[in-house]
Amino acid sequence: MADVTNHVDKNGANPVAAPHERPVYFRGGGFRTEPRRFVGLAVFAILLIIWEVGSRTGVISELVLPAPSQAFAAFMELVNSGNLQKHVGASLQRLTIGFSAGSLLGLVVGTAIGLSSYARAGLSPLVSAIFPIPKIALLPLFIIWFGIGEGSKVATILFGCFFPTVIATYGGIDSVDRTLIRMGQSFGLSRWEIVRKIVLPAALPAILSGMRISASIAIILLVAAEMIGAEYGIGAYVLLAGNLMSTDQLIAGVAILSMLGLIVSWLITRAEKAFLGWRN
Amino acid sequence: MDLRVDGLSHWYSDLEVLRDINLTIPQGQIVCVIGPSGCGKSTLLRLLGGLEQPTQGQVTQVGEPPVGSLNPLTYVFQDFALLPWRSVEDNVSLVLERHNLSKAEKEDRISDVLTRTRLSDFRKAVPKQLSGGMKQRVAIARALSVNPAVLLMDEPLSALDSQTRELLMDDLIDLWTREQFTSCYITHNLAEAVRLGHKVVVLSRRPGVVREVVDIDIPLANRRMSDPRIAEIQQDLWDMMREEAQTADLELAP
Ligand SMILES: Nc1ncnc2c1ncn2[C@@H]1O[C@H](COP(=O)(O)OP(=O)(O)OP(=O)(O)O)[C@@H](O)[C@H]1O
Ligand SMILES: [Mg+2]
Repeated sequence: MADVTNHVDKNGANPVAAPHERPVYFRGGGFRTEPRRFVGLAVFAILLIIWEVGSRTGVISELVLPAPSQAFAAFMELVNSGNLQKHVGASLQRLTIGFSAGSLLGLVVGTAIGLSSYARAGLSPLVSAIFPIPKIALLPLFIIWFGIGEGSKVATILFGCFFPTVIATYGGIDSVDRTLIRMGQSFGLSRWEIVRKIVLPAALPAILSGMRISASIAIILLVAAEMIGAEYGIGAYVLLAGNLMSTDQLIAGVAILSMLGLIVSWLITRAEKAFLGWRN
Repeated sequence: MDLRVDGLSHWYSDLEVLRDINLTIPQGQIVCVIGPSGCGKSTLLRLLGGLEQPTQGQVTQVGEPPVGSLNPLTYVFQDFALLPWRSVEDNVSLVLERHNLSKAEKEDRISDVLTRTRLSDFRKAVPKQLSGGMKQRVAIARALSVNPAVLLMDEPLSALDSQTRELLMDDLIDLWTREQFTSCYITHNLAEAVRLGHKVVVLSRRPGVVREVVDIDIPLANRRMSDPRIAEIQQDLWDMMREEAQTADLELAP
């Protein structure tokens, strides 16, 4: 250490070293992350600028990737032609119906599997068997069953949302603290009351995170379904743009999908804040 | 209302947990049950309140529960069992909701029990904001709100630190002094048993049989830790328990 000084003894004989002193350095802290606002936005902006500059200087060929400004122009064209509303409207309708019906059914079946031995024994193997099938593979079958119109598209989304919700729901119910249920029984609460006031609220965090997954599955399936026999819909718009090699429209369509995903995820975050505020 | 236990035996498949228990919990008294861990105390309490079916024997309610009792046999759990998403008052209200009480009567019951447990200032708090002792007081308030005939308590203080435990024990003694509730109180803390019990039932190691029932005649309010009579009873209980506990400790879990 630098600051070690030697003291000379009174007798002037043996030099005595003073005890080492040094502060204890902080070494905790771990890997805790803290929110840093605007950093995400800045990364996004920088990437866009690099991309734009690259396109303008010709480093990025226009054929490979159009400039963001061109994609934005394509988007504005879509807005001005009035087709944006039709595409987004059609997509939102399919998404909303498919997602809410699928989630609701999933909630009911998941609750049944979570609470009844027969439902569990009968249905959970079935769910495990069907869950891993990519639902897109079933799309042709759905078209035969429900027609090439709205039916098959909604059914695909519904099916895709159903299974993750079932699994999240009964997983959530399985991990509900049993003493809470026993408490309900000990106060003579009815079965339905215990389900509604104890089991489902306790399983809600798991159910909501299941919904987050099924919402993104819904968007993926939406686009896939709209690529077959749809006049309007963001998927149809993207497919058409691809067929015409108009990459600017394609990028615009993909950006709309990304926005849609962000909005859905924001809505679920809001729901979590509203319903799960008691957790913090 | 008294609670009487006749020839109660209980098995979990091949495991004999309780053997021929006979016991009375007289109205207005606190009966403490002590015994080494794993001897079937919690099982006994579940049998008392009908949360489990005895293999043999039966539990009988003698006499009528008090008027206005919504749930004669009411539990207080070791880990409180409060719903974390409900506020203090809503946790109490949970157990009243199905009884078709008028709004006014429900409100009366809630504010009454919260006053009795000194929680009135914390009505809107959620469990997470409360200390362990307060959480258990909420659970006690919830139990009192249904006007129980017998309070069934399974180690209600064992999740608390020792100071809080002393405070809550004083609270329980106050409460009993005011309104002589009836209770079966499971504990493995001998100090709690001699402070709170009118009777102390000593169970042997598994299979639990009643080894001894000790009556303590000193009024609850007058029991001091320094009282030699209390210390002597506690010593006697420990002498009975020590051997059982030692042997139980050496057994493998089933
Ligand atoms: N539902 C159950 N199924 C099978 N065995 C059980 C069940 N509940 C308890 N047991 C067993 O019965 C015995 C008595 O359990 P119990 O919980 O009643 O003991 P206890 O006296 O309350 O113990 P502790 O002091 O640890 O609380 C234990 O050996 C336990 O493993
Ligand atoms: Mg126990």
